[in-house]
Amino acid sequence: MELSSYVARRVSLSIIALFGVSLITFLLTSVVPANPALRWVGPHAKPEQIARARVELGLDEPIYIRYYRYITNFIRGNWGVSIRTHQPVLKDIAAYLPASLELIIFGMLLALIIGVPLGILSAAKDGTYIDHLSRTFSIAGVALPAFWLGMILQIIFFRELGWFPLEGRIDTVTLLIHPIRNITGFYLLDSLITGNFTAFGSALRHIILPAVTLSTYPLGLTVRMTRATMLEILNEEYIRTVRAYGVSEVKVLCVYALKNAIGPVLTVSALTFAYSLVSTFLIEAVFSWPGLGRYAASAIITVDYPAIMGITLLIALTYVILNLLVDLALAFLDPRIRIG
Amino acid sequence: MAAGSSVVLLLVLIAVFAPWLAPYPEDSLGATRIKERFQPPSLEHPLGTDELGRDVLSRVLYGSRVSLEVGVIAIGLALLIGVPLGVIAGYSGGKLDELIMRITDVFLSFPTLLLAMAISAMLGPTLRNAMIAIAISWWPWYTRLLRSEAVSVKERDFVEAARAMGASWGKIVFRHILPNCLAPVIVQGSMDFGSIILTSAALSFLGLGAQPPTPEWGLMISTSRTFFLTHWWIVTFPGLAIFIAVLSFNLVGDGLREILDPKMRRRRMI
Repeated sequence: MELSSYVARRVSLSIIALFGVSLITFLLTSVVPANPALRWVGPHAKPEQIARARVELGLDEPIYIRYYRYITNFIRGNWGVSIRTHQPVLKDIAAYLPASLELIIFGMLLALIIGVPLGILSAAKDGTYIDHLSRTFSIAGVALPAFWLGMILQIIFFRELGWFPLEGRIDTVTLLIHPIRNITGFYLLDSLITGNFTAFGSALRHIILPAVTLSTYPLGLTVRMTRATMLEILNEEYIRTVRAYGVSEVKVLCVYALKNAIGPVLTVSALTFAYSLVSTFLIEAVFSWPGLGRYAASAIITVDYPAIMGITLLIALTYVILNLLVDLALAFLDPRIRIG
Repeated sequence: MAAGSSVVLLLVLIAVFAPWLAPYPEDSLGATRIKERFQPPSLEHPLGTDELGRDVLSRVLYGSRVSLEVGVIAIGLALLIGVPLGVIAGYSGGKLDELIMRITDVFLSFPTLLLAMAISAMLGPTLRNAMIAIAISWWPWYTRLLRSEAVSVKERDFVEAARAMGASWGKIVFRHILPNCLAPVIVQGSMDFGSIILTSAALSFLGLGAQPPTPEWGLMISTSRTFFLTHWWIVTFPGLAIFIAVLSFNLVGDGLREILDPKMRRRRMI
């Protein structure tokens, strides 16, 4: 298959998938819940108020018209109004998203910085106790319930050792005295750019425990993936040739082998990034982190369906786009994929 | 793998014999002993007691029943949806195949936990709905797997023979093709057990699954959130139970894959 036709097919499949995703979220949130109009006006509303709300919300119209209106509004950036906060959903999401992204990016970086060297080491020392240890570590990382790990870390590092704060994104008093100017919405970055080091220190201390918790799952996968690809590559002829030239083992591993292993590792990272957008719901609940997960949890408890729909679509959208980008990048790099 | 399978076996035994093993079986339901609440681990209560004075050990032991039940039912339901669709898609090919596979693509576009959360939020938070939600977010994986198996099995001679003898479409699909595709799906199902236990615990933790007083591990962790800092045993043991269960199921899954997938085995031997 030609590269251009592969891209065209892959992109059109993603668009079809996205329409399907929107249809499912629409059906889930507008057909399944009992009487959304009642939720909109509250439990003590009179029947005529409920009837008016039904008209206002467009619930009296046939379902295909409602879907059409929903999808056109969605594309225009009108994602509905949250029942709980009475704010546009998109505005709410924009307010909560940076906190989550900061946490996820920090956690993913941790996973890569620790996971890649550990995977290389494990592959280089294949079959030794170092390999067994790092394999056990990676298998355990995938099996740990993140929300539980977060609470255990709080017991150890907050209550017993007092090294890190219990929860939140920054110390409120610090934030009052040293306010952070909003540039990117990431506390760490904004405080660093503006030279606000007191706030930076506080934000850094607050992000460590939740980021470590978040990184366990991607870390486990990164170690496994790095190890597996490195083992495969180390067996290739060109590595034998490089070794025969007397190149040092460290250089063989970290330059010649890693260069080819990093592709699959980054692929897994991109996909776990999307996964982390969801697992952060649990971690934010544990650490009272004011991000999308907290917003989603409150939306779920109050059955705030426009908000649930908005978040679900946003994450599915990210997931589909990331998958697409990864596939396209791989197809560019490796012709075997687009032929197969 | 050996360690994993012995722990899995142990878990099943605990689940079956929980009423005899648990020191205070009545605590798995609604029994409370307020006077004995928040007791640290002791001889009388080896894992301590919780905020209502219930024995944590008894509840953790009973929790294995809930988790295994969720695993079996959720995977069973997912197989029930995914397997027939996969085999039909693989055998029929053409437009029907394309349609089924595009629908699976849509479901695979959601991260599993997210879809399960959205569905249980909409259906209402009960353990039964959580199982349904997990099954709905899991079936496409089985459809994909089964389809690829069916595509290769349908080219085999015995299928051709059945067709030549005038066997009906349904008979070919469900009598001849399906039984020959099942092995990898069963392996995959057993490998998914760990992830499903983890997902159901996460749903219960968020308040979207089991409700009190069900002795569900995720729920036990969730209800301990207001006092876990001062009473570590209430949160620690249910979490350890989840970890051990998921870990051993994953080890068994990994072992099975290595045995069945020669490529993996070669990689291990390198």
